[in-house]
Amino acid sequence: MSDEPLLRVEDLRVEFPTEDGVVHAVDGITYQVFKGRTLGIVGESGSGKTVSSLTTLGLTRRQGARISGRILFEGRDLVTCSEEQLRAIRGNEIAMIFQDPLSSLHPLYRVGRQLIEAVRAHRDASRQQARARALELLGLVGIPDPARRVDMYPHEFSGGMRQRVMIAMALANEPKLLIADEPTTALDVTVQAQILELMERLQRELGMAIVIITHDMGVVAETADDVAVMYAGRIVETAPTGQVFAAPQHPYTWGLLRSIPTLERPRDEPLVPIPGTPPSLINRPSGCHFHPRCAYAQPDHARIDPALEQVPGAPEHFVACLLEAETRLRLWQELRAGRKPEQAIADVGLPEAQV
Amino acid sequence: MTALVEARDLVKHFPITRGIVFQRKVGAVRAVDGVSFAIEHGETLGLVGETGCGKSTTARLLMRLLQVTDGSIRFDGEDVTHLKGARLKAFRRDVQMIFQDPYSSLNPRKTVGSIIGEPFTIHRLERDRAARKRSVQELMEMVGLNPEHYNRYPHEFSGGQRQRIGVARALALRPKLLIADEPVSALDVSIQAQVLNLLRELQSSLGLTLLFIAHDLSVVRHMCDRVAVMYLGKIVEIGPGDALYGMPRHPYTGALLAAVPLADPSRHGEQRRLLGGDVPSPANPPSACHFHTRCPKAQELCSLEEPPLEDKRTGTLTACHYPLEQQEMAQLGLRVPG
Repeated sequence: MSDEPLLRVEDLRVEFPTEDGVVHAVDGITYQVFKGRTLGIVGESGSGKTVSSLTTLGLTRRQGARISGRILFEGRDLVTCSEEQLRAIRGNEIAMIFQDPLSSLHPLYRVGRQLIEAVRAHRDASRQQARARALELLGLVGIPDPARRVDMYPHEFSGGMRQRVMIAMALANEPKLLIADEPTTALDVTVQAQILELMERLQRELGMAIVIITHDMGVVAETADDVAVMYAGRIVETAPTGQVFAAPQHPYTWGLLRSIPTLERPRDEPLVPIPGTPPSLINRPSGCHFHPRCAYAQPDHARIDPALEQVPGAPEHFVACLLEAETRLRLWQELRAGRKPEQAIADVGLPEAQV
Repeated sequence: MTALVEARDLVKHFPITRGIVFQRKVGAVRAVDGVSFAIEHGETLGLVGETGCGKSTTARLLMRLLQVTDGSIRFDGEDVTHLKGARLKAFRRDVQMIFQDPYSSLNPRKTVGSIIGEPFTIHRLERDRAARKRSVQELMEMVGLNPEHYNRYPHEFSGGQRQRIGVARALALRPKLLIADEPVSALDVSIQAQVLNLLRELQSSLGLTLLFIAHDLSVVRHMCDRVAVMYLGKIVEIGPGDALYGMPRHPYTGALLAAVPLADPSRHGEQRRLLGGDVPSPANPPSACHFHTRCPKAQELCSLEEPPLEDKRTGTLTACHYPLEQQEMAQLGLRVPG
């Protein structure tokens, strides 16, 4: 693992002017990705997770996005790169796979042809060489009988196989960075397990960096070395995976962890939902953007907008929250023991949420 | 006391035809291939399985939205398999469904009040407008919606709220059986818990019987008393939640549980045996035990003789010639508390 990040996103902001106002899709995020490691970006609809990755590859430019900040990839700032320069990078040094492989693969072209296209777009290869590479790639991603499958159409593959084809296309030119946006959400659980294992194996073999975007905390726990939790266009918490699960700091992260049933917890332990709904990105709440849904919010949380700060004693753990670190620790201990927010607040001696 | 629902040997084949003018049947998709189960009054039965297992088709057969190819359904003691006309319509009041997609399951051109009140219209109930409005608003409150939003349109609501509208509509006629077909899969994670908690509350306050269909094993475990696991049109294992999750006997159940990503990174790296391959086509399922082509324990018998669903004296009914033993569960990497 090298010390220099492969990708460094610095204070990225992405806005979309619309009839109803400016949508602040990404509101100043900073993160880095290292060679051979996986960053998991967790968030729900409207968190900005997808827009930030699409912006990395310049895919939001056509939609009239206003972009500021820097995206440094091996020293080059992708925000200022020309479309031609980006085209040379897409599918080559940085590749992306999307959620629904049926809509990402061209339905009218055979799979082999799409793979060949991916290869020949960036390499000087003859058709035979590219076809040989296509077969090699299909084998690499575990598609049985590649010689026969290479001439089939996407609709002739099952969901899991199509996702493998997408991964094969993404890997065609041995990218340094793979961005996977909800790669397994549309797949059955046993297929998901196969795909995640495949991605992990390929990462080990090729030394790729991976950014995996998901809403599934289980997937994050399985695949990511580091986690960034996004809410309303911001990163609200970031740390190595183990720390986020062992000692989560942000009430939104607590909400995510406590509101989903898992196989490990007692069967009838009540789920603690996060009340309300994700905020409008046009008219965001004042102060801390999460405060309207936060059970622990205090009066001045509606005024002050917290910045990401290091958690005391954890140099790799950052959180954007106005509560005291000590208070957060005690609240989480209560929640983890199965107590509800109201109880936790009472036990810790915090004044009830005033908002 | 008899069960509320008794499904026996349900079969649903969808014919595959060839030819334009004269359609010849060249095969069939065996979506449901001999399924039997009961749902007791007041319980929540979960139906889990992956794509193509037949769980949604089974639900639609129970509701008589589809006609069975073979088999029988008894509802509250009455045989409803071949009901028609007025008696079928009367049956419909007792079984209602909540659908997966909160965006396509509500008519975008009708107000919420009209959507929730539609069951009354169809069954000619609550004809007095004022009384109907009151009933609808009562339902809205029951599901946590603001009754003043009676005249709003679906697009003015969030996904979670739309799902609540669907629940209110399903409850309008106070059905005996509520079928929830993937009710939360299309919702954001933080909203899922809201809707799941709502379903649980309503179940206990209204004494509902619930058939809960989902692919998310953790959600099903949380919501259901008993769970049935389906594979390629058959039930492979059925039993109380604790027994099924704690000590699965069928290798497919074991594989499903082993595949669930574990939200505990400290256990990352523990050995897991993953299920390989893809689900075979339901138009051409493997012989005898449908699972034998992917089963790590399959032997010759499995491709020759179909295993019956029976009690293996471990708490669940399992259809398997060589069910999982204790040490095999450990090898699979199952980490559910027993």
